[in-house]
Amino acid sequence: MEPSLATYLALSGILFTIGTVGVIFKRNALGMFMCIELMLNAVNLTFVAFSRYYADVTGQLFVFMVMSVAAAEAAVGLGIIIAFFRNRESIDVDDASILKN
Amino acid sequence: MTTALFFLFAGLAIASAISLVYHKNPLYSAISLVGVLISLACIYVTLAAPFIAAVQILIYAGAIMVLVVFVIMLLNLDEDKPFNRLRYLYLVGGILGVVLLAQTFFIFYAVMRAPKQAVNVDETVGRTLSIGSAMFTEYLLPVEIVGILLLMAIVGSVILARRFQQPKLELIVDNEMEKRNENDKAMI
Repeated sequence: MEPSLATYLALSGILFTIGTVGVIFKRNALGMFMCIELMLNAVNLTFVAFSRYYADVTGQLFVFMVMSVAAAEAAVGLGIIIAFFRNRESIDVDDASILKN
Repeated sequence: MTTALFFLFAGLAIASAISLVYHKNPLYSAISLVGVLISLACIYVTLAAPFIAAVQILIYAGAIMVLVVFVIMLLNLDEDKPFNRLRYLYLVGGILGVVLLAQTFFIFYAVMRAPKQAVNVDETVGRTLSIGSAMFTEYLLPVEIVGILLLMAIVGSVILARRFQQPKLELIVDNEMEKRNENDKAMI
């Protein structure tokens, strides 16, 4: 007896909710970044669950694409965080309210 | 058996996710995120997707989290301070969380009520062979685009994280003036 599709979707929804609330509650740019990774993973779980349910490989293929985009996002996002820290000596998102240096 | 494993790792994933949001220290958050990622990899195994599970461990728990932990170490951060001026965001976040959870359980309810379809148990779907053949025949163009995207990301992050060293204009002018003075003395 396997857990049904709805169970997987519920787990994914709970993880996505925790990620969303985390993005709003965190003030640290790195913390927000990690919460976004959590949301991406929640969506990946729905892809894999539907792929299993319909026995179609496309879902798993797009999980792979999402992972590649997440890797690109990690590289660029952490580069931005380092550049920001170098200018402001903090990665608090409140300090990023003024674009002008 | 699969159900027991699913609920074990689902509980672990949710607990680690809550710990990720709760902790103020970014390093504790990163470790919690690794917990979520590994639990999700185990859940992918219960979904008969071994390739995705392996890639999840390699790319997410390996590469991306090492990058994050490295940046945390590099920046030597303080703990996250509480909000000073955006205090109303706690309320907004709470309301949004409740709404999203309600939506989740509505979807859960709707899917449970939908007429049951027999699950196609095709064990070959998650294998590396089927994913690879789909990736290099039917979905070749997206794979190439992702490759170009990764190249752009590498170049962009190198440019972003580089320390810009522009020569100061005054120094250049001073050097030029000194050279001219020396030339003038030599002429005389």
